[in-house]
Amino acid sequence: MTRFLFRRLIVTIPVLFGIVFIVFALARVIPGDPCRAVLGERATDAVCDAFIHRYGLDQPIPVQFVSYLGQLASGDLGDSIKHSRPVTTLLIERLPTTIELTFWAMTFAIAVGIPLGLVSGYRRNSPIDVGTMVFANLGVSVPVFVLGLLLAFLFALVFKDTPLALPPSGRLSSGVDVVPLAEVWGLQGLGGPPRAILDFASGIYTFSALITGQWGPLADAARHLILPAVALGTIPLAIIARITRSSLLEVLGLDYVRTARAKGLRERVVVLRHATRNALLPVVTVVGLQLGALLSGAVLTETVFNLAGVGRTMFEAITGRDYVVIQGFTLLIAVFYVVVNLAVDLSYGFLDPRVRAR
Amino acid sequence: MSAPAMPLVPAPGSADTLATAKPASLWRDTLSSILRQRSAIVGLVILGTLVFVSVFAPLLAPFDPGTSLLGVEDGVLKRSAPCIHLLGCPETQPQHILGTDGNFRDVLSRVMYGGRISLSIGFAAVGFALIVGTMIGATAGYVGGALDNVLMRLMDVVLAFPSLLLAIAIIVALGEPSYFNALLAISIVSIPVYARIVRSSVLSARENDYVTASRALGESSRGILVRRIMPNAITPLVVQGTLGIGGAVLEIAALAFVGVAPIGEAEWGSMIAIERNQLFNAPHVILAPGIVITLAVLGFNLLGDGLRDALDPRLNR
Repeated sequence: MTRFLFRRLIVTIPVLFGIVFIVFALARVIPGDPCRAVLGERATDAVCDAFIHRYGLDQPIPVQFVSYLGQLASGDLGDSIKHSRPVTTLLIERLPTTIELTFWAMTFAIAVGIPLGLVSGYRRNSPIDVGTMVFANLGVSVPVFVLGLLLAFLFALVFKDTPLALPPSGRLSSGVDVVPLAEVWGLQGLGGPPRAILDFASGIYTFSALITGQWGPLADAARHLILPAVALGTIPLAIIARITRSSLLEVLGLDYVRTARAKGLRERVVVLRHATRNALLPVVTVVGLQLGALLSGAVLTETVFNLAGVGRTMFEAITGRDYVVIQGFTLLIAVFYVVVNLAVDLSYGFLDPRVRAR
Repeated sequence: MSAPAMPLVPAPGSADTLATAKPASLWRDTLSSILRQRSAIVGLVILGTLVFVSVFAPLLAPFDPGTSLLGVEDGVLKRSAPCIHLLGCPETQPQHILGTDGNFRDVLSRVMYGGRISLSIGFAAVGFALIVGTMIGATAGYVGGALDNVLMRLMDVVLAFPSLLLAIAIIVALGEPSYFNALLAISIVSIPVYARIVRSSVLSARENDYVTASRALGESSRGILVRRIMPNAITPLVVQGTLGIGGAVLEIAALAFVGVAPIGEAEWGSMIAIERNQLFNAPHVILAPGIVITLAVLGFNLLGDGLRDALDPRLNR
């Protein structure tokens, strides 16, 4: 297992390095004058020269790359050109929105997708199975933003003034605030990384409101999350349901399931304890892959529901030529991808002893 | 086990039944097994309709997709809801089966024309990615060694980015938003998928005895690769390519929606993008293109699934 882990980690290093390089190169290739994109068309040449010099953009590209690597090594992602604030601050502000959104989207997808897949796999060709598969086919085909707009239309307009009404944008209603953790716990004086972590956790509203017992804001944040999470979670839900179904079908045909039945175990035990456990193995991979893919969907979901998350920030940075933000955020996202893939591989080791043995 | 064995040589009396049976052919077998898949048929029908409507849009569409009807047609309303005279819409109002948009244009005509852009970009993007991906995958798999490592790690790096963000970055890096740049971006993002498929097919086919035999007979490396090994990769490529076109159609719409594809053309995603804020006043201008995108993607997904089931010899039928 240690060797397996070690080898997986070694392979990751060149990929990470390649990611850093591509991120850096892509940001430099983006045409257009960053100075005038930030300071406006009428910035004078002298002002622009000073601007370019300040951000080191007048240095040769290789020099910029090396100093960028040095910066990264010390945990500094640079200052946003547009927001003139450290990228790390921006991350602490924007990342919680996306984490919260993807977490609930994935929870929704797993909580609904796996049971649906199991039922339709077990009752093959029943109305439930056919219904699920039609739904799954539609679910993977509908664009995230169309689904988001459709949900907003239904729940914010058609069901307006009914108990089903849900807010179509933002994270909290106006006037509602989740009191930050630092304030609740009287730690305003705290600084440095511990404070950053605390602020970061405070940004995940459903989490911070839950642990500090702010029930009103919690309910409000949850209501705001339902539509975006459902919109974002539908594609992974459909994929998870399909994989679970076909995987269960395959496992149910195996000998050990017949053995379990032959020795007189109750059907419920055979299916839930024996078959399901093995059937969920491929589902783990898919969940991991989808977790990465969710970030693409997050750009669209955040656009539809007006959420200032990572996806939206990235998009604005790319179109606004904010190199530093592009680099920082892309790096983070790519590293997240690599880590998720690693976690999926490792979870295989835990779930399937045959992989561990190799 | 006691069933009588089939005679290896048919009895003289049954010879004519053999003579009238159609000779088996690879293509006919493939076609008939595809047509046995319900999902493939549904997919084909959906796609056939969409392609037909797109190709013959100039003949079928009631209006020009780009012309504002303000001042051209009497009584035309901005973003008017669908109006069909047969279904009781007052005769005084001009008929627009899917209503009009914010520029007094006929939504139905725009949806019909929209397929031309989305579908052709989808086909072209996947075609390009297929060619480049196949070359990369075949080289990596056949040559192996360090080159294989470098190429596949490069593919890993591309895969490490969320595809939509990478596509946006590529379009911005290429300069002005244009459909060609969108096509290129979507293509580049999907190359690794095809490269991986081809590489694994090549790796598994390379060691076969018939490949060794060809080599012993003095066939060139290229000949072996193209004639002996590559045919093994065709089935997974066709399946993945079909699903990929659906994905590309989604991606174009998404790129147009976030505003990095040309805005204002009769294209499904950009139709939704420009009318986004009118969701509550005139849902039809968003729902119409939204439903068509979903149908197109659904068609490709169903066809792809059907092809996989029909072409995979491991699935017993």
